[in-house]
Amino acid sequence: MKRVYVQEEWCLGCHLCEYACAFANSGQEKPGAGGLDMSRALKGRKINPRIKIEENSNRSFAVSCRHCEEPVCQKSCIAGAISVKDGVVHIDQNKCVGCYTCVLVCPYGAVMPAEGGQVMQKCELCTERLNGGTPACVAACPNRAIVFEER
Amino acid sequence: MAVDFFYPEYEIVRDQNRCINCRVCERQCANKVHALDEASGKMCSDDSKCVNCHRCVSMCPTRALKIVKSGNTFKTNSNWTNDYMKEIYRQANSGGVLLSSMGNPADFPVYWDKILINASQVTNPSIDPLREPMETRTFLGKKPEKIERDTEGNIITKMEPNLELALPVLFGGMSYGAISYNAHASLAQAAKACGTFYNTGEGGLHKDFYKYGANTIVQVASGRFGVYKDYLNAGAAIEIKIGQGAKPGIGGHLPGLKIVGDISQTRMIPQGTDAISPAPHHDIYSIEDLHQLVYSLKEATDYQKPVIVKIAAVHNVAAIASGVARSGADIIAIDGFRGGTGAAPTRIRDNVGIPIELALASVDQRLREEGIRGNISVICGGSIRNSTDVVKAVALGADAVYIATAALLAMGCHLCRSCHTGNCNWGIATQKPELVKRLNPEIATQRLINLLHAWEHEITEIMGGMGINSIEALRGNRLMLRGIGLTEKELSILGIKHAGE
Amino acid sequence: MNKKAKEYSAKYVVIGNSAGAVGCVEGIRRADPENEILLIAAEPYHTYSRPLISYLLLGRTDEQRMKYRPDDFYTTNKVQTLLGTAAVELDADNHQVRLADGAVVNYEKLLAACGSVPFVPPTKGLDTVEKRFTFMSLDDAKALAAAITPESRVLVVGAGLIGLKCVEGIAERVKQVTVIDLADRVLSSILNAEAAGVVQRYLESRGIKFVLGDCVAEFAQNTALLQNSGQKLEFDVLVMAVGVRPKTALLTAAGAAADRGVLVDEHCRTSLADVYAAGDCTQGYDVVSGEQRILALLPNAYMQGECAGLNMAGREREYLDGLALNSIGFWGKHIMSAGVYQGEALVQTGNVDGDETYKCLFVQDGRLMGYILVGDVARAGIYTNLVHSRQPLSELDWQLLQVKPQLMAFSQAERQQKLGSLPAADKKGDRA
Repeated sequence: MKRVYVQEEWCLGCHLCEYACAFANSGQEKPGAGGLDMSRALKGRKINPRIKIEENSNRSFAVSCRHCEEPVCQKSCIAGAISVKDGVVHIDQNKCVGCYTCVLVCPYGAVMPAEGGQVMQKCELCTERLNGGTPACVAACPNRAIVFEER
Repeated sequence: MAVDFFYPEYEIVRDQNRCINCRVCERQCANKVHALDEASGKMCSDDSKCVNCHRCVSMCPTRALKIVKSGNTFKTNSNWTNDYMKEIYRQANSGGVLLSSMGNPADFPVYWDKILINASQVTNPSIDPLREPMETRTFLGKKPEKIERDTEGNIITKMEPNLELALPVLFGGMSYGAISYNAHASLAQAAKACGTFYNTGEGGLHKDFYKYGANTIVQVASGRFGVYKDYLNAGAAIEIKIGQGAKPGIGGHLPGLKIVGDISQTRMIPQGTDAISPAPHHDIYSIEDLHQLVYSLKEATDYQKPVIVKIAAVHNVAAIASGVARSGADIIAIDGFRGGTGAAPTRIRDNVGIPIELALASVDQRLREEGIRGNISVICGGSIRNSTDVVKAVALGADAVYIATAALLAMGCHLCRSCHTGNCNWGIATQKPELVKRLNPEIATQRLINLLHAWEHEITEIMGGMGINSIEALRGNRLMLRGIGLTEKELSILGIKHAGE
Repeated sequence: MNKKAKEYSAKYVVIGNSAGAVGCVEGIRRADPENEILLIAAEPYHTYSRPLISYLLLGRTDEQRMKYRPDDFYTTNKVQTLLGTAAVELDADNHQVRLADGAVVNYEKLLAACGSVPFVPPTKGLDTVEKRFTFMSLDDAKALAAAITPESRVLVVGAGLIGLKCVEGIAERVKQVTVIDLADRVLSSILNAEAAGVVQRYLESRGIKFVLGDCVAEFAQNTALLQNSGQKLEFDVLVMAVGVRPKTALLTAAGAAADRGVLVDEHCRTSLADVYAAGDCTQGYDVVSGEQRILALLPNAYMQGECAGLNMAGREREYLDGLALNSIGFWGKHIMSAGVYQGEALVQTGNVDGDETYKCLFVQDGRLMGYILVGDVARAGIYTNLVHSRQPLSELDWQLLQVKPQLMAFSQAERQQKLGSLPAADKKGDRA
């Protein structure tokens, strides 16, 4: 299965992945808007992306859900809101009650509250948006520091 | 003093409706142009620091940025231009020599753009390169005058070492130090993938790149940096650099600040010492001296590797080339006055040397006239910008061309001509680790390969149009060229007819 | 009524219908897609998440959404169910279970995920309280919801996880909530005094009243007489949430070894042949303390059940991930804890706009043994993982890690393994 992998040595800490993620999950993408749709979606907002950059002096890298083969978040979810579909770990936000158990157990710190904090969110490889295409963060990375590959 | 104030040459225009304060422009600008103004909550820019490298424009996810030439002007005239006036102010302030990067930008004629290419109609049908074989393979080195065979039919003529190129394009010399490790890695890998060569420049060869030796030309310049036996034997050919198109007659100077770590090791000079390449090779004052160096290098490498002599295109280039051809060199590389540089005195760059088109035509003509064209192959460089420049160069007599600026552009260079600052935002002409990592060789290599593939497609297309199926048949085939808007004298030097003739 | 008792047979029989049982079904199905599974549960409902009952009262979920697995779970996994029928007797020698209705179930492999029951301490006059409830099951929640009105004064006995989640669920639907606990602090099983103080102050700011270090000596209808203070508390509705006890009777009666809970080995097997157990009724291995202890936690139940299921279906699988873990939140104030509280306690406190945060890391022998976080819980799983892995802190940048959980604290090589390719820990998978 294709997953997002991090090639830390090439991460520039530009944070474009975060913005691409926030935009891709805003539901406001309009093909042909030439970037204006992104401005409309994100202007004046504090973004809450599902991929996040960690940085420290000249070192940086992106962290997003690893889509573990045996996801401990899925096994631990008290609401049964996390499932695995074709290898993609998915949160059903309709079922999620925001108990944060997934935050408690994810060893990568890759699950976080959605806006408002009442339900959780995480990278779902843009499956909802693109039906299996390249995730927005990977497409936006200018230096191939995150790649979408079968390994 | 107020007289030294210069209004910024470029202005950054930010569409505040589009800007989302993601601050990627701020993070990506090594010149610290952009910043968030906390008071207004808006991003702002200091135009005076901008070098117009377009890193921010390229990275902006909402297309909120563009850079325009600022309208500010002195009261100029044709004689006293803005640039000349500014340069006076600068020198009056600093007392120093003006420095610039990349090639001669002045408004001299570009002859490539005044030459047109022929195509076949009816009598000599054109060839469809998608259906029929097209040969772009090129061999560089001495060619035997005749082939002798024994009674069995085997060739008994001693063949001189030759370089085999899949297409007549090589990457020109750019030193490790002038450009980054990742840029070198990209050039090396692309050369290997494309069946051609890259050139180390005068900075030696990093140990990591010895593995690309079969696609490497190692340079020996006046500073002899990083030159030793293993280095000479590491490459497929050795290039003696006599001169460079951007600064003929001038040496080089890499400041000690850049001689750190691997660069110091590769150049084999202590950390922090200035790397000074003298103007001449101190052991070469004549063709005979050159002959000695050529054969010293051949001796050191067991006569297995062709030797290239690179000279700048200057007034009497044809006579010099004739001498070089008699020095024992296998290949002569001629660098025109538009060739790039990491740093050169502005006055030299903009006023010394001649266009490569004229130099190439006269060298080829001279060598033919003297009957020694087969003794030596000719590479030309100094601003080959596209595939038609290649075709025209080959038709004017070149065996192959060096591309360097074009290769940098393929890797991301935006020709901001600020290489000498060491702050290359594209990770090419810099040694700062945080900037060097911006050039991922995985990407840059592929872009270089793409460029060469694209050119190869176009070259075969154009050759096919002329009814020519081999680069050999195009070489020196000046009948395929016509000049436009050129004087009789220019046409006669180029050895071509005017369009319509 | 049938004279002859009904008889069922299945290769796999699962008693229970919560996390442990579901984990077992999913574990079995990973290894054995074919052989029949029979699931028996006393409650008549489709599998639902017990911890969600407080969210049901809070209005964050409903009966449909709180189902622990989708409606088609049993059919998709080819599970035959006997819901609403309790298993009353186990005959391990004959591989038989007898049900409350007299039916007999034959099995080859059995999982008992019996769960736990609320512990209600015998208190004088308790039966005089008309509206008294426990808070464990969907029926409990429904009954409590029906009993409360905006005018209700509710007394919750027990300031533990269940009691306080109940408080969160009902606080905005009643007039007043008072919580009483014998312990001197709230959430005494998972928090130290300082952290408990932060939580208590927060809950008090939301109007909850606490009576701590005291207990009810005697109930008289709507009045509770307190043991220590002698104070009398008036209330309309009583919730007994003192704690839970493992439901071990079925297994111990059949001869299974038990301490406070049924003892299981690393394969989640009981001492009885072909009988496995998972969840609240068991006492399993705690990877941090190295002791056998009850870890009545949903994630633990699921993973034990899954491990049991895999082993029942013939795979060799060990469950050594048992660890005390808690994530609990009240109206957006989140509290997390993990591991054991041994060793040096490194405390950091903060206050952002009046919002108190608290963090305590317990370090012993150069390892992170446990932690408590109140308020800022972002990426706590990175700490949890360290508690779980027992990785020596000398292998990472502990200074950085103390600031906040971050992968930056690991070596680049380790990070490359974590983010650049599948982590080894994640690949351990099943061994066929």
